[in-house]
Amino acid sequence: MGSTGFRTLVYKETLRFYKVATQTIAAPILTAMLYLLIFGHVLEGRVTVYPGVSYTAFLIPGLVMMSVLQNSFANSSSSLIQSKITGNLVFVLLTPLSHWEIFSAYTIAAMVRGIAVGLGVFIVTAWFAHMSFVWPLWIVVFALLGAAILGTMGLIAGIWAEKFDQLAAFQNFLIMPLTFLSGVFYSIHSLPPFWLTVSHLNPFFYMIDGFRYGFFGQSDINPWTSLAIVSAFLVVLALLAIRLLRSGYRLRH
Amino acid sequence: MTAIEISNVEKRYKSLQALGGVSLSIEEGEFFGLLGPNGAGKTTLISIIAGLIRADSGSVKIHGHEVVGDFRAARKKLGVVPQELVFDPFFTVRETLRLQSGYFGLPNNDKWIDEVMENLDLTNKADTNMRALSGGMKRRVLVAQALVHKPPVIVLDEPTAGVDVELRQTLWKFISRLNREGHTVVLTTHYLEEAQAMCKRVAMLKSGKVVALDTMSALIRRISGSQLIVHMTQGELPEDMRHLITHPEPTETGRKYSLRINDYTEVEQILARLRQSGAVIDEMQLQQADLEDIFLQIMDKGAL
Repeated sequence: MGSTGFRTLVYKETLRFYKVATQTIAAPILTAMLYLLIFGHVLEGRVTVYPGVSYTAFLIPGLVMMSVLQNSFANSSSSLIQSKITGNLVFVLLTPLSHWEIFSAYTIAAMVRGIAVGLGVFIVTAWFAHMSFVWPLWIVVFALLGAAILGTMGLIAGIWAEKFDQLAAFQNFLIMPLTFLSGVFYSIHSLPPFWLTVSHLNPFFYMIDGFRYGFFGQSDINPWTSLAIVSAFLVVLALLAIRLLRSGYRLRH
Repeated sequence: MTAIEISNVEKRYKSLQALGGVSLSIEEGEFFGLLGPNGAGKTTLISIIAGLIRADSGSVKIHGHEVVGDFRAARKKLGVVPQELVFDPFFTVRETLRLQSGYFGLPNNDKWIDEVMENLDLTNKADTNMRALSGGMKRRVLVAQALVHKPPVIVLDEPTAGVDVELRQTLWKFISRLNREGHTVVLTTHYLEEAQAMCKRVAMLKSGKVVALDTMSALIRRISGSQLIVHMTQGELPEDMRHLITHPEPTETGRKYSLRINDYTEVEQILARLRQSGAVIDEMQLQQADLEDIFLQIMDKGAL
């Protein structure tokens, strides 16, 4: 599938994180595991979000999706900024790869890492609660869409940032708040009205809510609505990323 | 066929005019030198050819393919060795070359990759991580990366800056072979003797403009002429010959003058004139002008 150049770039971007798998896969799995142990231990039995679903079981899909999102973003953004700062991005820029191929390759490699970490988080956390899989296809669709969106956001951030601290700002002041305020640890219906409204403006909320629907068959809002919003968000971001690549913004001065 | 066609390329960085309307045509199979002092615009021009920088106006075509509008075809024809010593620390030499080859649509290219490594003395470093290589070895990998797809046009931006004699010799041997086989080579270098030895034709850039463009031999003939070096033990150089002096040098036994001549027939006239004025010459030498003389003359004068 795709041209040889495109497949090579996907392979290179995947090989890049695989070579440092302790840092790129094992570490985030451990972090998610710690979240589960701490929050699950403190809140288990005190919070019931959906009837018949334990808090730990509710938390697991949220943690899995959070890991998928954060690691997808980390992959494309860190790869690009490192290549830009060390100068080796030139090896990609000198090739006949099209803007579309560069976009797809970085995004797919980011998705591979996001999904790999998400799967790892699920495998090590699923032992702590009885998990159900009411609609498995929704799980797959939202995991892929979420990974693609964050992979694309990472690409945009990597193109925009010229220094590591600019990328860190993007991550700390945008990605982290959007992730933590998306309902990973709670249902947004438990929030006061103002924050409930604000949460509806957060696209990450729809990714996690739709993903969770796949497990429990219950969600804060209709999964089809989430699917439409998440898909539209991906299209807008993808168009922006391709436009930036085509214009050479901060890549081909 | 024209390998690189540069038409009226302009590039400005805020108040700095990096390139002010550069036009050049480099034919297929040429060994072409792009010379100029730091900041002349050589790397900017090469980056525009490579598609790494967009020109404000003008166009560049490689084998007839415009580098922005038809970038895929243009880049397939082009191999660029960047000036900066860049590398990807995640990979070994062989992985780096296989990846680069794959980007150009050549997944099974090990035979050529092995040949390139062999010719650049990289074979015994094939499985070494890029981080573990010395600067000179990294430079060899950069050259190899530019050649993995056998590009008909090879652009080398200061490929021998800061590298040892051994690499220079290895590199020039291989690049000369590729040139003999029909590859077009464009070179920028600070080592003028290198350009003089390798390039058949050169363009000199100054402040973003082409100030000289000719074959190496014509340039040497046209601009500087040769020099007659005479060592005199007695007498003085006549006043009417003083304008010929390029380099006076007092010695223990007299005085040594370097005199510019445009034609070898002038040698006899100069010697006759010196004898007439009572000068005694005990040593004489004829020296061909070199690229450095020309370079300095052009950069002093601004344009040919």
